[in-house]
Amino acid sequence: MDEPLLRELTPAVIGVLVRRGADFATAEDAVQEALLAATLTWPGEPPSDPKGWLVTVAWRKFLDGRRAEAARRGREQRAETEPPPGPAETTDDTLQLFFLCAHPSLTPASAVALTLRAVGGLTTRQIAQAYLVPEATMAQRISRAKRTVSHVRFGAAGDLATVRRVLYLIFNEGYTGDVDLAAEAIRLTRQLSSMTGNAETAGLLALMLLHHARRPARTRPDGSLVPLAEQDRSRWDTRLIAEGVTILQTALARDKIGEFQAQAAIAALHADAPRAVETDWVQIVSWYDELLRLTGSPVVQLNRAVAIGEADGAAAGLAALATVDPTLPRRTAAAAYLHEKAGDLPAAAQLYAEAARSAPNLPERHHLTRQAARIRQTLRG
Amino acid sequence: MAKYLLLKHYRGAPEAVNSIPMDRWTPQEVQDHIQYMNDFAARLESSGEWVDGQALSPEGTFVRYDGEGRPPVTDGPFAETKDLIAGWMVIDVDSYERAVALAGELSAAPGAGGKPIHEWLELRPFLTEPPTVTE
Repeated sequence: MDEPLLRELTPAVIGVLVRRGADFATAEDAVQEALLAATLTWPGEPPSDPKGWLVTVAWRKFLDGRRAEAARRGREQRAETEPPPGPAETTDDTLQLFFLCAHPSLTPASAVALTLRAVGGLTTRQIAQAYLVPEATMAQRISRAKRTVSHVRFGAAGDLATVRRVLYLIFNEGYTGDVDLAAEAIRLTRQLSSMTGNAETAGLLALMLLHHARRPARTRPDGSLVPLAEQDRSRWDTRLIAEGVTILQTALARDKIGEFQAQAAIAALHADAPRAVETDWVQIVSWYDELLRLTGSPVVQLNRAVAIGEADGAAAGLAALATVDPTLPRRTAAAAYLHEKAGDLPAAAQLYAEAARSAPNLPERHHLTRQAARIRQTLRG
Repeated sequence: MAKYLLLKHYRGAPEAVNSIPMDRWTPQEVQDHIQYMNDFAARLESSGEWVDGQALSPEGTFVRYDGEGRPPVTDGPFAETKDLIAGWMVIDVDSYERAVALAGELSAAPGAGGKPIHEWLELRPFLTEPPTVTE
């Protein structure tokens, strides 16, 4: 059973149905039913033209649905004629679906869910598992999202920036359930990037590849976190790094800088260092300067302070940290790190313990608690 | 089968026997504790008694309705005296005795010096659906 192929064909098949006059919400449901039918029948009888098969079955499901609805209303059944296929603008249709599913009228959670289903071809159950919510809740979220975009004309101009934001959210969500959301986000971003040839979208793809490359080294078998400096870099995926760097360089050469390209440049500089001590922190700081100029984000300010601590010493890092909003998540953890680096172990232990209490997830809490414990052990001698 | 909630408190429960806070343990003791908790959850899953487990941030706020057209009133962070829940496990077990035995096991998680924490856990039965057969 070729699930990747099915998922890849999903948006194109929805596109065909919409071009034949189906509304998006009904077309999407019909295609999901066709995907289900494919998983049942393809293992026994693989079709010679998978896309044609899906279009035929989805269209039949669509007509069945419409007939059932017409019958419910007690009207005459419509003639069952299959119109000729519309123009084969697959790439365009898929791009239109990206725009529709990330439409600015949707909340981020709804846009993520709708994108994963209509563009990604995932089932509602898979999406629900990935986001740890009941399937009925996710089904409701998706159908509300479809209603929200029902007024949007298929083919209306879309905003690439909102699509990128949605794909970034999917990538960043983590790895729960049996669907690898990071890999799925990479697949969709790759597709988007090849369709648009846009520098920032390429930057986002490079960023994802460079971070995904570190995944084997980022957690221990027991699920605990390994900080960047302590990761076994021989376990980084060099193929993904090479691809990410190449994509990034091509994007940067176009001289249309954006935040994802800047973030990818920082990730690439980490990837370039065979050992943590060989990291080019001076260049990293200059990329953080660029990123701060582009975004003005306090999170960037925080990361920049840590990078300054590496480039110019802990005192400079602490000075940069002093200007960061004290209520920002993870600021205390950064302060702990810089205090330890400055040799102030009692303050570092205190701050690590405090940071552990406000950590946003258990692996981070455990990591920070261990740091506090490690320093206190040193202090006890 | 009956469902029980095992509640763990940041504060508000009686003092544990081995109550030295976690950041004052050795790194190995922290590691052993986390391992014990993971193993415990894995064992419940494999025995078919695990339902759910979540951890909560110590940050929190009281919120209440303040009348038509007004934003809700918030009060917080929680006062130092307030009972503060740290997290829970939901188990689905055959008997109250089994629930007590499991809570006891969880309370034996190792802490400072590798010795059991003897932490007090709150065990609360769920209210159930009404039964089909009533007489």
